[in-house]
Amino acid sequence: MADETTAGPVTTLATPIRLDFDFTPGVAQSRFLRGLEQGKFMGQRCPSCGKVYVPSRGSCPTDGVPTTEDVLLSNVGTVTTYCVVNVPFAGQSIEIPYICAQVLLDGANVSFMGLIQEIPADQIRMGMRVEAVWVDESELTPSLASVRYFRPNGETDADYETYKEYL
Amino acid sequence: MAERCAVIGVGQTHHKSKRDDVSIAGLVREAAKMALADADLTWSDIDAVVIGKAPDMFEGNMMPEIYLAPALGAVGKPMFRVHTAGSVGGSTALVAAHLISSGIHKRVLTVAYEKQSDSDAMWALSVPQPFAAPLLAGAGGYFAPHIRAYMRRSGAPEYIGRMVAVKDRKNAMRNPYAHLHLPDIDMKMVEDSMMLWDPLRYLEACPSSDGAAAMVLSSEDAISGHYPPAWIHGMAMRSEPTMFAGRDQINPQAGRDCSADVYAQAGITNPREQFDCAEVYVPFSWYEPMWLENLGFCDLGDGWKLTEAGATAFDGDIPWNASGGVLSSNPIGASGMLRFLEVAMQVRGQAGEHQVDGAKLALGQAYGGGSQFFAMWVVGSEKP
Amino acid sequence: MSAAERTVRPVSIASFAQSQNVRKDDERNEVEGLMPVIAEVFGNIGITKDDVGFICSGSTDYLIGGPFSFVMALDAVGVWPPKRESHVEMDGAWALYEAWVLLQEGEIDAALVYSFGRSSLGDLNEILTLQMDPYYEAPLWPDIVSLSALQARALIDAGKATEADFAAIASRSRRDALSNPKAQVAKDVSPEVLLQDEYVVAPLRRHALPPITDGAAAIVLAAGDKAREWSDRPVWITGFDHRMETHSLGARDLTSSPSTAKAAEMAGVASGKVDVAEIHAPFAHQEIIVAEALGLDDSVVINPSGGPLAANPLMSAGLIRIGEAAERIRSGKADRAVAHATSGPCLQQNLVCVLEGE
Ligand SMILES: [Zn+2]
Repeated sequence: MADETTAGPVTTLATPIRLDFDFTPGVAQSRFLRGLEQGKFMGQRCPSCGKVYVPSRGSCPTDGVPTTEDVLLSNVGTVTTYCVVNVPFAGQSIEIPYICAQVLLDGANVSFMGLIQEIPADQIRMGMRVEAVWVDESELTPSLASVRYFRPNGETDADYETYKEYL
Repeated sequence: MAERCAVIGVGQTHHKSKRDDVSIAGLVREAAKMALADADLTWSDIDAVVIGKAPDMFEGNMMPEIYLAPALGAVGKPMFRVHTAGSVGGSTALVAAHLISSGIHKRVLTVAYEKQSDSDAMWALSVPQPFAAPLLAGAGGYFAPHIRAYMRRSGAPEYIGRMVAVKDRKNAMRNPYAHLHLPDIDMKMVEDSMMLWDPLRYLEACPSSDGAAAMVLSSEDAISGHYPPAWIHGMAMRSEPTMFAGRDQINPQAGRDCSADVYAQAGITNPREQFDCAEVYVPFSWYEPMWLENLGFCDLGDGWKLTEAGATAFDGDIPWNASGGVLSSNPIGASGMLRFLEVAMQVRGQAGEHQVDGAKLALGQAYGGGSQFFAMWVVGSEKP
Repeated sequence: MSAAERTVRPVSIASFAQSQNVRKDDERNEVEGLMPVIAEVFGNIGITKDDVGFICSGSTDYLIGGPFSFVMALDAVGVWPPKRESHVEMDGAWALYEAWVLLQEGEIDAALVYSFGRSSLGDLNEILTLQMDPYYEAPLWPDIVSLSALQARALIDAGKATEADFAAIASRSRRDALSNPKAQVAKDVSPEVLLQDEYVVAPLRRHALPPITDGAAAIVLAAGDKAREWSDRPVWITGFDHRMETHSLGARDLTSSPSTAKAAEMAGVASGKVDVAEIHAPFAHQEIIVAEALGLDDSVVINPSGGPLAANPLMSAGLIRIGEAAERIRSGKADRAVAHATSGPCLQQNLVCVLEGE
């Protein structure tokens, strides 16, 4: 019971929590990250279903077996779908609005989320062909930060039929 | 072989953006005490407690059943904690129900909650990982591209999302527990709201709420309470991986399999005809037409037509989310249980102003993760 | 209702596997650590994921420091086509309980249960503080070693144990671990030598604390015909229960474990001779409290695997106790065993599983 004769009930108690963790990308993801360090996308093929994952977290999600074979992927891909982010929130480092797209790299069987630049936000389209723009060679690190963004590469849009299964 | 199981008590908090008048324990007790009172029982009548919530980082309290045990009368009893992402409120109710249908217990209290205002929910949902792209998009940023893909695939006109946003907020006006009460809601108000994740506007997205839900479940020989029981006619859960080659995130196989399972148990062959209403997890407006198709209420590609025709409205032939749904209240961990609880209220005839006339059989659905975890139940006023 | 009053469907521990328990596995992520364990637990009995009707896992986000760690871990199984699947933010022993409950209904005959925990990624002692009451206790950061030391002190003051007893338990655990190839801490060292350890928090010396362990474990449960099909000597679960105590340490008698005693009563521990007990007592003194609550006499072999003092992968250590107890029976070294799992500070929540061979 709050004592109403004093300052009233305590409604908030700030208890800052700070915990530090090590992060282990794992064997498969390390190979992907080492690829980024060299300015290339390394995927991995599932020995069971043959699908190429990028990045692989170590297993084929449908077969539950390790992905073992490295596959060098293209620098070019297709925007399967996208949204335009207009909402500001903590930790954001990109000026809004920005395009957040699912990019299906040529040769891969899964898309991943990428930033699209060098095009006004209202001109992005599903099916647009894009290429990765990397940081300068001296700045390459084993991180997705090595990819500055994707940009339209001028090719004709991919036909909906070619990517509709990757939405 | 399974024993019959029924909902005999329900309780929920007033959901708000910030419930700073209660502690976490106070929040869950508010819902639990209401459920016990509805069942005409006291703490000592309960055999076991099953609690669920989404990530512990929302409140900074690890494995909270440890701290909440005395507040929920669980001392000396079995207590269980479920976590299956956004579907958790539904899965928690299912785990509790199986404790009865398996014949192990007679009366189980199940509770789900989230006190999202205790931390930055957006942060807790996507803690930045090392080596990742410096690209943050939030939950909407994950789902908005799939909404766009649905629009492309179905050819749905862009105003459908706004219709759902208006309909659910109008329904919430009939629900005193709902977080959002927007008496002036209309298509223009939604259209004028800020575009957050194009194509998703502010008023087409769920709020962030503090809230809890609770139910008392009982075996056939332990029925009590102020309203007739809501009998469980079917329960099902299904999961699929987050990401894989060729995955259909708009019409996930796990959702289709889950509904096929629960319909088979409940004898449902035509959901739109047989159900009197449904409470379905729609955190972003466009998930109503998507789930209409996924749950087999219509043919593929036709979901938006049901919404457009008003079939899912409060006075339609198959009201969806008469309570106002997730679009009107979203304490994440509890949101799934609220769906399950609301349909129980409907078939018990205790939904008050948002009561669907004569509701006898209803579907509750919850989903979570990247549209990959599904939990469903069918409840009815008649014994199965 | 106790097991005796209800018709229990016999369910067997059909297969058990665990990873090598190590101080830090900094090469593999959760999925990569779990995959070989899942493959082994199926491989032991020649089945695949298609042979199980339910999957349940136990883990906690706070070990990895990010939300939804269980979601990606599912990729180690490959849940496609979609599976009936659930997750508890508890030790895998409770995931096993959830699966056992489902098997009671008779609709499905087999389930996969797994758990994983990498305790090495953060400061475990600090992380576990977040289990405490978030308003009155957690802000003071009472660490789990200190809380356990309070309990050990209470035990000594009550005349129920001495520091030499703690050392004897640690010595036995480490020696037994020599025959467990998966153990992390294994050594033939006498209690007298261990008593020369420094105090970490008095009265707990280094040896009375569990190691920090990265590890994973999995069990396949089987009922009906499958139990016999998959094993020549099925190990049956004949009693299973778990109980909670209050959170307030000041309101508990820390020298006893009424929740363990209650669970043991409900699981029917006393209805037959116990050959082996695998006790999930992360701190040496807790073994004394749990053994007493279980009603074990001196003839019972305790923690022949080395127990949690030899390897303590958080979230898996309880599930491993059940697996290790089952293996003792399967190998013919025991006919009846009790496995125990715990959660929360100072043994707040306890689970008891009774296993019997044929
Ligand atoms: Zn594969």
